[in-house]
Amino acid sequence: MSTEQQILPKDAAAAEGKVNVQINGTWYRFPKGTRIADACNSVGVHVPCFCYHPKLSVAGSCRMCLVEQGMPPRLAPGATPTYNDDGYQTIQWMPRAIVACANTVAENMGIRTNGTVCTEARRAVLEFLLTNHPLDCPICDQAGECKLQEYTADYGQLTHRFTESKIKKGKNLSIGPRVNLDQERCVLCRRCVRFMKEIVGEEVLGVVGRGGRNAIACYPGKTLDSNYSMNVVDICPVGAMTSKDFRFKMRVWFLKSTPTIDVNCGTGTNINIWTREQQVYRITPRQNDAVNSCWMPDDHRLNYKYINAPERLLTPLIRTDQQTEQRPAAWEPLLRAVAEQLRRCKSSELAIIASARLTNEELYLTKHLADLLGVKALDIVPRVGENDGMLISADRNPNTTGAKLILGKDGSTLPDIVRGIKIGKIRSLIVLGEDVTAEAGIPAEQLRKLDYLLVMAHSESPTTQEADAVLPGVTFAEKHGTMINVTGRIQRLNQAIDPLGEARADWDILRALLQECGDVPLKAARATSSMEILEEMAEQFEALSGVTWANIGNSGRQILETGVTIPLIEREHAKQP
Amino acid sequence: MTEQPDAIAALAETKPSPGEKYYPPFKVTPELTKKAKAYIAMYPKGREQSAVLPLIHLVQEKHGYICPQSVLWIAEMCQSTPIHVQGIVSFYPGIRTSCPGKWHIRVCHTIACALSGGEELLSYVCEKIGIDPKAMTEEEPMAVSADGLWSIEAVECLAACGFGPNLMVNDALYSQMDQAKVDDLIEEYSKKA
Ligand code: SF4
Ligand code: FES
Ligand code: FES
Repeated sequence: MSTEQQILPKDAAAAEGKVNVQINGTWYRFPKGTRIADACNSVGVHVPCFCYHPKLSVAGSCRMCLVEQGMPPRLAPGATPTYNDDGYQTIQWMPRAIVACANTVAENMGIRTNGTVCTEARRAVLEFLLTNHPLDCPICDQAGECKLQEYTADYGQLTHRFTESKIKKGKNLSIGPRVNLDQERCVLCRRCVRFMKEIVGEEVLGVVGRGGRNAIACYPGKTLDSNYSMNVVDICPVGAMTSKDFRFKMRVWFLKSTPTIDVNCGTGTNINIWTREQQVYRITPRQNDAVNSCWMPDDHRLNYKYINAPERLLTPLIRTDQQTEQRPAAWEPLLRAVAEQLRRCKSSELAIIASARLTNEELYLTKHLADLLGVKALDIVPRVGENDGMLISADRNPNTTGAKLILGKDGSTLPDIVRGIKIGKIRSLIVLGEDVTAEAGIPAEQLRKLDYLLVMAHSESPTTQEADAVLPGVTFAEKHGTMINVTGRIQRLNQAIDPLGEARADWDILRALLQECGDVPLKAARATSSMEILEEMAEQFEALSGVTWANIGNSGRQILETGVTIPLIEREHAKQP
Repeated sequence: MTEQPDAIAALAETKPSPGEKYYPPFKVTPELTKKAKAYIAMYPKGREQSAVLPLIHLVQEKHGYICPQSVLWIAEMCQSTPIHVQGIVSFYPGIRTSCPGKWHIRVCHTIACALSGGEELLSYVCEKIGIDPKAMTEEEPMAVSADGLWSIEAVECLAACGFGPNLMVNDALYSQMDQAKVDDLIEEYSKKA
């Protein structure tokens, strides 16, 4: 007891590199250099911010984050500090509020957000912000996720004293191919300006005019056309920047958001997918400092239209005779017929072209299907593009790392399979999740010549058109599963909507097929979810040992060191002190 | 409802003024470039953007105002962007986006001058040079006479408060103005024309 009394809280904190801060009457410890706003938010004391964004430089311009602050009184020369029973000095409160975003915590600092100094400051800031604001929430796309609306409801005065006419500015300005700007709704936080300058490195946005006429603009002839432009829509706290793709499509409060990952490249950008009933409305990035920070490329964000497109395959299809059309079939008899057909194929004449767009669990079942059928000719379709120096990886498949780990394949033997088909050595083909007439380069005529073509796909393609049997799978939005990104991080794919029509999740199709094809002593063949398949895989692959659905979480888990890095994340790390 | 001009396109619109005949149109000459480079060299490497303001003054002094072409040129010279330059141009009331008259008169309307007769002075000068004071608006504070010889603008403190009312003609300050002095001044400058 006595020794504890001798150690003052300040010394105990200093030993850990921390400082003691009192927030609304309670003492906490924070690492030195923590911003007051971050400190408060981390202990559940909400500090409203417009201009502050943890990934951008601090502007300190909106004044929304004002808090009341106090420090111990300054000592007279020669005086020694006195401590109260708890070991703290008394706090002398400052009569004016300070910004919480641009100031950092200090030893024995006091912060109050519930006194009149703070509430009055917030009220006044909001009153000023609203003097020229059009107050058009009923027709504004941001309503429901607008910081100005939220803060006004929480801290505003809800009446208007400003009777002069408002300053008119530009409305509905097309400032880029994917973004529209309403200058009147803008609160001039300059997040968009800083994002384009600091993260993208293209200074296309700026502030023109002054005082009440201040407005965000781009210079005529230079538009906001970066492939990262839509991130300004996300960080704009109000409805000033809106997405051309999403605006007026749906009120946000009707949407459900599901945390999942982007499958357009090997980075595996973390995203939220926003749905209502069975329809996908938009995709937004989700913060993950090891993968994509807070951002995502526009082309990946907008590549969701195929999910609800008319090309989707909604029923299983079968072709009983070469000359006839495909016709709809029921799942169970079709799977039986397919299995029977596959068993009849000579394993040396059968090949499987799988996809690195499949999840680990699906690849695992694929591997077992190949083993069961004795197929040696098995590979994925590689997809390479250019690394954009930001987030888009050169590997345009989301799960090449998984395919390498599970199948031991990276696409290098695909040309052998393609040649085998061309020379007629391979007579039957199973295609899982690919259109092989595209990247794999197998002409439709060659597919037509095959004895048997089985295709699992979510959408109609020249490949499915040639198939003898089509098993309708699903898109990434309709299934659970895991993928491993280029850096070796395993991440979860969460199901946002149910499989459309009669389509089934790909793992479910493969599992059923495996069961039909033979008696496999695998738990996975009887799994009721992809999580169960993962459990079995965790026992079999060293890299996956200890990995469970739960401990992957929504932010993923590093399981391999591939040596590949993500340029934007590297830059972000380099910036950190 | 009237058609609203596109607030973005408006940033690069040229605003014709009768004063243009008294100033050479903006043109990039080796001489201009040389002067600009001298300014830029005054700032450390990597901080070329700091020279935007001196370059704006350089252009405005010679050509009377900052036209859209000069915005692009300044941005290029300073390794900056047109929107950054435009932000500065539109921030300062002293930087003009249309051409003034040959003789640009600035009448102080800040408090000391206003109390000593600045307001009457402004309307008297307007009358003398044939400009309707209503032509000076919040959006376009400078008015130019039809012949392009004169332009007028009400400005903030000219830093000679003790000697109000003050006005400036181009760069020359005239203090303790009254109607008689204005008459003489206008006469003198008309002759210079
Ligand atoms: S447009 Fe949005 S992000 Fe940009 S300054 Fe205005 S409020 Fe901030
Ligand atoms: S968030 Fe602190 S001043 Fe804007
Ligand atoms: S008030 Fe006119 S010069 Fe100062």
